[in-house]
Amino acid sequence: MGKIASSGSKNAAGFMGWLNARLPVTQFYKDHLSEYYAPKNFNFWYFFGSLALLVLVNQILTGIWLTMHYKPDADKAFGMVEYIMRDVPWGWLIRYLHTTGASAFFVVIYFHMFRGLLYGSYKKPRELVWIIGMVLYLALMAEAFMGYVLPWGNMSYWGAKVITQLFGAVPFVGEALVEWVRGDYLISDATLNRFFALHVVALPLAIVALVVLHIAALHTVGSNNPEGIDIKQHKDENGKPLDGIPFHPYYTVKDIFGVGMFLLIFLFIVFVKPDMGGLFLEHDNYVPADPAVTPLHIKPVWYFTPFYAMLRAVPDMQMGALIMLLAIVVLFFLPWLDRSPVKSIRYRRWPFKLMLGLFTITFVVLGWLGMQAGSVTLTRIAQALTAFYFFYFIWLFFYSRNEKYHEVPERIEDH
Amino acid sequence: MKKLHLITLGLMMFSGLASAAGDAYIGEHVQTNIRSTDSLRNGARTFMNYCMGCHSMEFQRYNRVAEDLGLTEDEMMNGLVLTDAKFADKMTIAMDPQDAEQWFGKTPPDLTVIAKARGLDWLYNFLINYYLDPTRPTGWNNLTFENASMPHVLWEFQGMRKANFNVYEDEDGNEHKEFIDFEVVEAGSMSEQEYKDMVRDLVNFLDYSSEPAQLIRMSYAPWVLLFVALFTFLAYLLKVNYFRDIH
Amino acid sequence: MTDNVNKSRRTLLLSTGAVGAIGAGFAAVPFLKSWLPSERAKAAGGPVKADVSKVEPGQMINILWRGQPVFVVNRTPKQLDVLESLNGKLKDPTSESSVQPAYVDNINRSIKENLLVVVGICTHLGCSPKYYPDLVPQTFDAEWKGGFFCPCHNSRFDISGRVFAGSPASRNLDIPPYTFLDENTIEIGNDGEQA
Repeated sequence: MGKIASSGSKNAAGFMGWLNARLPVTQFYKDHLSEYYAPKNFNFWYFFGSLALLVLVNQILTGIWLTMHYKPDADKAFGMVEYIMRDVPWGWLIRYLHTTGASAFFVVIYFHMFRGLLYGSYKKPRELVWIIGMVLYLALMAEAFMGYVLPWGNMSYWGAKVITQLFGAVPFVGEALVEWVRGDYLISDATLNRFFALHVVALPLAIVALVVLHIAALHTVGSNNPEGIDIKQHKDENGKPLDGIPFHPYYTVKDIFGVGMFLLIFLFIVFVKPDMGGLFLEHDNYVPADPAVTPLHIKPVWYFTPFYAMLRAVPDMQMGALIMLLAIVVLFFLPWLDRSPVKSIRYRRWPFKLMLGLFTITFVVLGWLGMQAGSVTLTRIAQALTAFYFFYFIWLFFYSRNEKYHEVPERIEDH
Repeated sequence: MKKLHLITLGLMMFSGLASAAGDAYIGEHVQTNIRSTDSLRNGARTFMNYCMGCHSMEFQRYNRVAEDLGLTEDEMMNGLVLTDAKFADKMTIAMDPQDAEQWFGKTPPDLTVIAKARGLDWLYNFLINYYLDPTRPTGWNNLTFENASMPHVLWEFQGMRKANFNVYEDEDGNEHKEFIDFEVVEAGSMSEQEYKDMVRDLVNFLDYSSEPAQLIRMSYAPWVLLFVALFTFLAYLLKVNYFRDIH
Repeated sequence: MTDNVNKSRRTLLLSTGAVGAIGAGFAAVPFLKSWLPSERAKAAGGPVKADVSKVEPGQMINILWRGQPVFVVNRTPKQLDVLESLNGKLKDPTSESSVQPAYVDNINRSIKENLLVVVGICTHLGCSPKYYPDLVPQTFDAEWKGGFFCPCHNSRFDISGRVFAGSPASRNLDIPPYTFLDENTIEIGNDGEQA
């Protein structure tokens, strides 16, 4: 702490001194970059936080530029997208950056969340980091869903119809609620307009605010690491964690390399395969919205399909909607469901490794099932996997109470 | 690094699965070349002569097509376009949608992005798999798109064909229809190969028009990726340099 | 840390930074260029045809080209005769600094002597001037010889669109590119393949 005071006085003169007396720029820079000590052993999985930030910036920038050329009008929206793709100079690139960015966002976020599961990053004292992150995930899903409606293709239309219909599952007021959400008796111009407002203004504001909170909470408690060891337990005489390194320059440099790797894949998709064979931009969305013709095979974009598979697996609409909701809600409680004192998977024993592996496979297979046209066998599999999804959390709650684990070292060892 | 490769590979495999077609009859795979200007010009000519009577391409402009296909304004407007449209106009048609609905039972869809919606193989097979069917109002039916309301516009080239089916009942008494082969009733003005080439070029043009930017996009791709690769390589060296401090 | 590491680190920082900056520059181009007129705007701003056979001597018609008024005036010999005598009162009688195609570089500022085609936008702040054809004294000019008067800030132009000294506008009215397709039809926005 003494160091901060002394460096503060060093900056008292000059422009920075003037500025710092009015706005703590240098202090902020130190707190969050040059003197934010992160564990020295971050691995591959720790790229995805900064990548999520990069994708967010990409979405906001390209999004602002797309709004410059788009009109949220049910009669024009489909044509506006083609206008951007053809008539606006470079519009195709801006749009593909945005559409690919949407999918990239979820790829990055799923890896980011999985990292949390691997290394117990949700555990005390990082419960709030995890919960804010979950709220972010929800906001992102809403953002993605509403954005998907804007091109006003037939899949946009019917996807919006099916998802808003879910509000009908709310007891007593369901039907009224559906009408209220749509602003009409069907998905219409009114729906498109409000989704546009939410997608372009309200949700991005919320997401940016949540990102600030997410990082503020993280920087209050400090970053976890693959060993799950608390680096604040061992500090040198200046109060610096012995196993920590300043975020800047070390992790900024490392993250820039991560950005390069990410951009290679991302731009490959943007320039070579932007619709990903129908995965990122679906075939049926190249047919204009038609309230009279349902696409043969309605499915959400890939990032929603695990939950969609659960919804379909339950042979009752209200129960299905409830299960889908619970599948997300249960994740909020993860910090208290996992009662093991050990954070990282590295020091947990095989039952946990096996179950987390199975859980991961379950989630991926559910995602695949959600893309398939329904069949009896597939529905049976989806039902079994949905059951296992919830079983995992119940098992974790009881298993982790008296879990046997390997001894966790005091310090992060060099490797 | 290995893991990143696995991710891309995984995404690729997923996309392959997702693009698997529905239950339409796809007998042949079509091989088109978007870089062949000749093929695109042929396709454009076929489109404007035979498709544009009923189908618009309302998001595409004549001047853009001319530019991408290397045609002058004169070649385009006097050689290809049959109406008195202007060069910068969109490729719309004069047919009233309500009339169309009366004549065909439904409005012929706009074809600007049909290749994205249906896929090239579907379009190709649809156009080569017409056969005579007296039970249909137009006299035509289609193997790929059963009971299509569109008649066989290109029949003069392909000729008239009958389809032979193997009709049988399974043990539950359900009738099944299994396609065997086509039988030529009246030969067309083109050989089978010539006709297929014409359809291939048309499908190629539809693919182009579904996304004219793909020509630019693909030409930029290698340079963009090369540049990012250079940046990543330098960033990697920098990262290695910094992490020498830490042991 | 040795000097060697320091040196190579500085080199790498510079080169990575430079390549990154170039990349950011490239990335900015599509965003900036997307603000240029789109193909739709270009199509809407394409050449406009006008039939000029119905414009009686002394009359003016107003044609919209690129969303701005273009005045087409069939000038009478009387109106044309005074042009020479006004030179002394004008800011730029020979249209040295006017925006106009090369083929109208004469005192009439037109292809055909009588037919004036001029953008009806004041070069001061963009109002549309009014047409006062008659050679009679006006409230704004006692020696009026016919021309255009902008009501916004009192800029005065003669019947060739040349600006009078003492007007807030500093440049003569712009002449758009145009060409005669035939005797009676002009096309505005078309240079006639540089005839």
